[in-house]
Amino acid sequence: MESGRSQKTINAILVNGVLALIVIIWLIPVIGLLVSSFRERFDIQTTGWWRVLPHRDWVQTETINPREIGLDPTGPMTVNGVTATFEEMRKGVESGGTRLIWIGNRRIGNIQIQEQRWIVGGSNFTLDNYRQVLEGKNIEIKQGDGTVETVRGDDFTGALLNSLAITIPSTVIPILIAAFAAYGFAWIRFPGRRTMFILVVALLVVPLQVALVPVLRDFAQIKLNGTFLAMWLAHTGFGLPLATYLLFNYIRTLPRETLESAFIDGASHFTIFLRLILPLSVPALASFAIFQFLWVWNDYLVALILLGSAPENRVVTMRLANIVGDRGQDWHLLTAGAFITMVLPLTVFFSLQRYFVRGLMSGSVKG
Amino acid sequence: MATLEHSAGGKPGPANKVITLILRIGLAIVIPATAFFILIQGFLFLRAGDAPRWVTVLVAILWGVIGVGALYYIFNWLVEMLPTEWTERLQPFVFIGPAVALMIWFLALPALRTFWISLFGKNGPPALPLTLLLTAPNEFFATLSSQFVGLSNYVAVFTDRLMAGAFRNNILFWMGIATPLTVVSGLLIAVLADRSRFERVAKSLIFMPMAISFVGASVIWNFIYEVKPAGSEQIGLLNAIVTALGGQPHGWTTYTAISPWNNLFLVIIVLWLQAGYSMVMFSAAIKGVPEEIMEAARVDGATELQVFLRIMIPYIMGTIITVTTTIIIFTLKIFDVVIVMTGGQFGTDVIATQFYRQSFVARNAGFGSAIAIVLLLAVIPVMIYNLRQFREQEAF
Repeated sequence: MESGRSQKTINAILVNGVLALIVIIWLIPVIGLLVSSFRERFDIQTTGWWRVLPHRDWVQTETINPREIGLDPTGPMTVNGVTATFEEMRKGVESGGTRLIWIGNRRIGNIQIQEQRWIVGGSNFTLDNYRQVLEGKNIEIKQGDGTVETVRGDDFTGALLNSLAITIPSTVIPILIAAFAAYGFAWIRFPGRRTMFILVVALLVVPLQVALVPVLRDFAQIKLNGTFLAMWLAHTGFGLPLATYLLFNYIRTLPRETLESAFIDGASHFTIFLRLILPLSVPALASFAIFQFLWVWNDYLVALILLGSAPENRVVTMRLANIVGDRGQDWHLLTAGAFITMVLPLTVFFSLQRYFVRGLMSGSVKG
Repeated sequence: MATLEHSAGGKPGPANKVITLILRIGLAIVIPATAFFILIQGFLFLRAGDAPRWVTVLVAILWGVIGVGALYYIFNWLVEMLPTEWTERLQPFVFIGPAVALMIWFLALPALRTFWISLFGKNGPPALPLTLLLTAPNEFFATLSSQFVGLSNYVAVFTDRLMAGAFRNNILFWMGIATPLTVVSGLLIAVLADRSRFERVAKSLIFMPMAISFVGASVIWNFIYEVKPAGSEQIGLLNAIVTALGGQPHGWTTYTAISPWNNLFLVIIVLWLQAGYSMVMFSAAIKGVPEEIMEAARVDGATELQVFLRIMIPYIMGTIITVTTTIIIFTLKIFDVVIVMTGGQFGTDVIATQFYRQSFVARNAGFGSAIAIVLLLAVIPVMIYNLRQFREQEAF
């Protein structure tokens, strides 16, 4: 009995330990991004973000000018009783808790005497990266050495507004249209109902790649390319099969008696839909809404093709991808930019996770 | 005056009936016309885009959302004004029409049109006015057939060197490695979390990357794979670990010396993004496995591994198939991660990046469309399965 209990404890520790390890591995990429986005540009470029954690590092205690004490860097040099060549000093020579290191080139460099100490905090954090990414105008940023530099902002604020302007209607419109259709399929009998629903099911997995070229051509003809409306229409069209299917499966299961009694009271289909079905379907509507919201907000391909011609309407994912392409080494901008694009979807996700999971369960395979 | 009012109130004369009818028809025209006018004005305002950005955005949201609601309301109102018989006949189409029309416009027709384009050369089928078909049919067909290439785009798709690389990556790395890896990790994490007291928190955190865009995830992982010249401090986590262990730093996704295995570094990103999905699905499935059966097996002396393999796995087979199919479909169309991380270079091209490059960069409409149709053909088995499932349901 006693050994059984301790076996159980060991198991629990093992299970929780492995799980904690996995969670940490899963989180590290995001933590690295978040920490880096608040670090100064120079720090990001030269040191790893994990330096903000308490760690032991070499700290300079004294600097020696080798020319003043008559050392010749072409041969072995002796400092504080340690003898080493220039090449060795360049890499750093350790002895008894201190380290000698040559900083700079052979002719005009200095020798530093360093000691290993614990460093806690001591990192400079800044909001400048966010300012630079969010603002569209030129902004002034104070560098670590005190100089002031004027840089051009990336106007993520504009891109965020565009993303909102595209995402909100692209989420609400298909829900409304799909809810009407789902009600029609579930509660109205009419000829062709089965055929039309087969169309919905068949279109569920159609990859949207097959649609892009013809849709782009249609939009070019009616001069819609680059407009918000084009994005709403496209996302509505691409999202409708899944939306209709999910909502149909839900609305179908609502109790028939409620509807029948409403009919007897003389309510029309439209009234029943608005007053009864929509309020009752809120869980299913929410499921799809989160799905569609995340899908549209995070979409890159559709935006790239339909908005590519209108730079002022570009969305956050395009802006971010542009920075990756043009200035892939500007980590201070990339990290802040990436985090800005993530804030809203993460908030929505964590606050409405329950509905999102429910949506996944009801078989959401999007084409 | 008084008599007139009296007669109007008492029994409606034929004149009044006519007036009501005219009023009704007038309303039926005026109200929708006004609504359309307002909607068009809104659209023009939005397209002009002169107003400050946030005003445009606000108007756009209101216009889009309220506009669609208003359209439904008006059409329904029109249909309900008709005689009951006609209301019943037409109302289904008010409800279902818009959805079906949009699906046909944006998915069904484009699939056929893309197939049609794929039968033609670089510029696709020539744009010919349909009137030409009536006035000079010979000329019409002559021009059409001059661009017609039959199935040779498909032959090219399967023989092109770049496409061969893309197919290899899609089949070997994305279907062969990424898919089973995601399914198995998700299952293992789900089983592990099921036995932990911190299940909710752990699942929530592993699930979190699902909310992050592929572009965002690419930035995150690019940062982890970032490389600095050997000797200077590494700012990318992976290279920092590698150099700390005495290895050489590399730009892992762009490391052509190990090509095609550099694809694995892209696979890791997708594993990070998608394992949460498979975990959530399996987590729910596991909770459905009856505890008594597993307990009985344990009493009979089965080890935990045996319980897992012989009882749990068969029990959740349905979920395993669903999750695998979903991830296969998803990885088949993998695009964002590859295009942002490597642009499809260094031997990481996939079908969807080739499709994008051919269709929108090289402007080779015929070839690009053929690739899209190949993607469509690849999901046809799933489509058939879905349709079969649907037929077995008793909903219709």
